[in-house]
Amino acid sequence: MGKTVTIERRKAVEHLVRDRGDMLVVCGLGSSTYDVFAAGDHDANFYLWGAMGGAVMIGLGLAIAEPDKQVMVITGDGEALMGVGALASVAAQKPDNLSIVVLDNGHFGETGMQQSHTSYGVDLADIASGCGFTNTQTIYDYDTLDAFRNMPNEPSGPRLAVVKITTDNPPRALPHVDGIYVKTRFRQFLGHAPC
Amino acid sequence: MNAATPSWEDDIFDAFKSAGVSQVPYVPDAGHAHLIRRVHADPAMTPLVLTTEEEGVASCCGAWLGGKKSVLLMQSSGVGNCVNMLSLVTNCNFPFLTIVSMRGEYGEFNSWQVPMARATQTSFEMMGVEVMRCNSPDEVGPTVDAALYSVFASEQKIAILLSQRLIGRKVW
Repeated sequence: MGKTVTIERRKAVEHLVRDRGDMLVVCGLGSSTYDVFAAGDHDANFYLWGAMGGAVMIGLGLAIAEPDKQVMVITGDGEALMGVGALASVAAQKPDNLSIVVLDNGHFGETGMQQSHTSYGVDLADIASGCGFTNTQTIYDYDTLDAFRNMPNEPSGPRLAVVKITTDNPPRALPHVDGIYVKTRFRQFLGHAPC
Repeated sequence: MNAATPSWEDDIFDAFKSAGVSQVPYVPDAGHAHLIRRVHADPAMTPLVLTTEEEGVASCCGAWLGGKKSVLLMQSSGVGNCVNMLSLVTNCNFPFLTIVSMRGEYGEFNSWQVPMARATQTSFEMMGVEVMRCNSPDEVGPTVDAALYSVFASEQKIAILLSQRLIGRKVW
């Protein structure tokens, strides 16, 4: 039998980004981007409004570029599924500063709540495990989520958590849609001057 | 050096080194094989093997967020896979450089390579990426060097096509 799903997406993201220090966050388009913005705008957030399937690979390029900083990709099941091959590409690199969090409500929330593959039994944590991730979890409660967030990094490589969330649909919280602004401010946070 | 190795591939590598390229994502092609080997052999570079080319578009942008230079290697058949991901490059004005080995043109046997070869230049241009083409070995080094400068000094978007005439026919 499946476990009861009680985690709410906004609350989950609040838990992930509170006291974040200089953690760098890349969020997948749609609700994940709204959730991260709703938890508090931050110069080290890279919000996606498009480029579906790209969040994990942006996180990978960033994690390799900034090996001394924690990088967290926060995305949804639909976005992660579109770029599912990226889990293989991440596993081939084994960056130990990259965490991938999939907010999994089993639906494409932005387009009318059609069921995604995870509603039909596809398990993204198992896929990541099969790719070679040594730390994968499926999370049903906030304590486990906090433990995942605060867990020290293992040298064995990246980690992935599937956070099972309810299908609640909080009001949209819209961050800057200007990608050039968001990019430039993110780079400035890391000390890189604009061109 | 192996006499059979075309020196233009080493010219690309040398240009990468001079420009400080540190991440090289790729979907392999025989035309890039020597370059990929050299990237793997260089401790200052990270080669990233991809499952599909659009992953490399995204990882290049992530590298630049972290202040690093990255160049994507692929063959022409993979260019169509990148189209929507290039909206990330265009919309955020990321610097972007890809070096594309052409298949499906000069002396091609495999007709399955031809449709995407014919659409390669158009695919880049319709997404706002400038196309440069190299047909002879002596053009390659200077072209890559010039493109690296434009891309990373002023966040331009360029695809360099290495023609099949340059690379040589695939022997079947």
